[in-house]
Amino acid sequence: MLRIRNLDVAYGPVTVLRRVSLHVNKGEVVAIVGANGAGKTTLLKTITGLVRPRAGEIALEGQDVVRTSTEQTVAMGCSLVPEGRQVFASMSVRDNLLMGAHVQYRRGKKDEVAADLQRVYGLFPVLEKRRDQFAGTLSGGEQQMLAMGRALMARPSLLMLDEPSMGLAPLVMRDIFATVSRVASEGCTVLLVEQNARSALKIADRGYVLETGRIVLQGTAEELLANQDVQRAYLGRDVNEEQEGRP
Amino acid sequence: MTTKELPAYWQPDAECLDREELAQLQLERLEATLSRVYRNVPFYRKYFDDVNFDTDAVRSTDDLRRLPFTAKRDLAASYPYGLFAVPLREVVRLHASGGSAGHALVMGYTRNDLKTWANLMARVLVAGGVTKDDVVQITFDYGLFTGAFGVHQGAERLGASVIPASSGNSKRQLKIMRDYRTTVLVATPSYALHLIDAMAEAGVVANQLSLRRALLGGENWTEEQRQRIEQELHVTATDNYALSEVMGPGIAGECLERNGLHVFEDHFLVEVVDPLTMERVRPGDRGELVLTTLTKEAFPLVRYRTGELTSLIPEPCPCGRTSVRMRPVRARSDDMLTVKGVNVYPSQVEEVLEGIQGPEPRFQLVVDRPQTLDEATVLVEVSEDVFFDEMKKQSEFRERIVRRLASELGVGFEVKLVTRKTLDDAVAQGGRVVDRRRK
Repeated sequence: MLRIRNLDVAYGPVTVLRRVSLHVNKGEVVAIVGANGAGKTTLLKTITGLVRPRAGEIALEGQDVVRTSTEQTVAMGCSLVPEGRQVFASMSVRDNLLMGAHVQYRRGKKDEVAADLQRVYGLFPVLEKRRDQFAGTLSGGEQQMLAMGRALMARPSLLMLDEPSMGLAPLVMRDIFATVSRVASEGCTVLLVEQNARSALKIADRGYVLETGRIVLQGTAEELLANQDVQRAYLGRDVNEEQEGRP
Repeated sequence: MTTKELPAYWQPDAECLDREELAQLQLERLEATLSRVYRNVPFYRKYFDDVNFDTDAVRSTDDLRRLPFTAKRDLAASYPYGLFAVPLREVVRLHASGGSAGHALVMGYTRNDLKTWANLMARVLVAGGVTKDDVVQITFDYGLFTGAFGVHQGAERLGASVIPASSGNSKRQLKIMRDYRTTVLVATPSYALHLIDAMAEAGVVANQLSLRRALLGGENWTEEQRQRIEQELHVTATDNYALSEVMGPGIAGECLERNGLHVFEDHFLVEVVDPLTMERVRPGDRGELVLTTLTKEAFPLVRYRTGELTSLIPEPCPCGRTSVRMRPVRARSDDMLTVKGVNVYPSQVEEVLEGIQGPEPRFQLVVDRPQTLDEATVLVEVSEDVFFDEMKKQSEFRERIVRRLASELGVGFEVKLVTRKTLDDAVAQGGRVVDRRRK
């Protein structure tokens, strides 16, 4: 589905990603975990074409997307739920969702939009309840659901989520992760970026640990959960500090 | 005897992975491994810095060529934990193997490493035709060596019934084999041959046994030996490759085609180099096997020189596994000997003798296999005064050498004292090592 090889990304003189290679197979949930500033958001932005890499390959369904514009990437079935939700605060919930369907209109699948809207309401009943409210009046958790719903309206084959748990209460967070699992079980491939390593890996099939722009670990979610380095990456602790306790 | 069986795999997704997807996986794992060893292992940081190797500049698995090799002496110099990439408290198992400079090589495993190891060994067992319904008798020595525990974990993971018989006592082994209805024998090839002789002596015939498979490894053997074992024990015998430093058994194993050992390339990157130029040989050419671990957490190794000579078979195998195969190892590129399944270097013997006799001991190692089991003798030159000493003192001296050799090397040697200059001609002709097992 998605294959990245040796991706280098720099903002001016500052290198953010160093030869990152990863892949996501169809139907998988893959988590990218790492501390703040590890380069997780940049990675997603690069995949969607918002940031141009300095070097490397990104292939979506075998097609090179490094030079593809963001609109095209979305049209190819790759949707991003951005960090901090970024819903349109002064628009209604329903209009926010319909905005997400713009590629469906362009694909000439206008007729399916209504059914998709019902599907999203089915996933998030609270959105239907608040469909005429301004999005800005929703709680953080509801806004996150709205952002996910909006992305799903584009009927993506690859759904990318950037820190969906950010700023949410633990109970709400659990709901969000449960929904991600459900979306995945309905056949959507998911690439999930999270600081909250444990919660993300619990719903993932595989994962990568990103540390200061490099992938330092990869494996099945189960393996990574058992790995102490994951804790370290998440907590941002230095290995030398850890090794001092060694006899 | 056996008809064509259905292909069975333990981890089909990994074992039959498309070559292109495998390349992607290898690249991801290699990059993560290099980042981790550079960060966590001072030895590798220095090694990479010395040759100006920037781990961030790696773009393909071919870039590995620009890195120096890791040798056995590097492991010995890092005794005991210098090459570990995780703190000791994350290590849940330690094993050791023969080394040099007076130290064994110490290997560590995290919980994940043990899980991976069990799965890879289960792959070897399944490739050799073993199923969860089998009764597996393991005749390797349970101890510091990786062999017994490696196979044991894999067989348990598979769900087979495991008999940890350990090594030695052929009579008891045969009794267990017959009474417990063992279906799979795990042994060194020479021990399997020894059991055949022991059966003849004890009047046991293969029809009284339930054996159907033999998984043999730990030493070099020949096709003739395989045929004899298969005929006499009524089994299908497969070869598997083990190297303690890299993991133990579970690196590569034969499938029922019995034509080369499948290397588990999703966990080990395999290279074959010319032992003189150290450049990679052309695909299919013979050279020294060099392995890089791709998933090991506690004890990763980059470009480890195994000292073993082999060649790769790049053509796909009819069994459906997509991994490259290596031909069975028949020789080494250094002077290491395998005696009763234990790796021994002449330099280790030298060090033991130095400790007792002082500098520059003169000795000759003679290894023979009169029937099926190895016999190792060390001829040691001693000064006249020792030689003409009272018998008691002389035998005490000899006993000391025997004990020290056994404790340092982990394998029993016969020791013969000879007078000065006796060995001059012998060493000049045969060298310090005479291996009569090679024909």
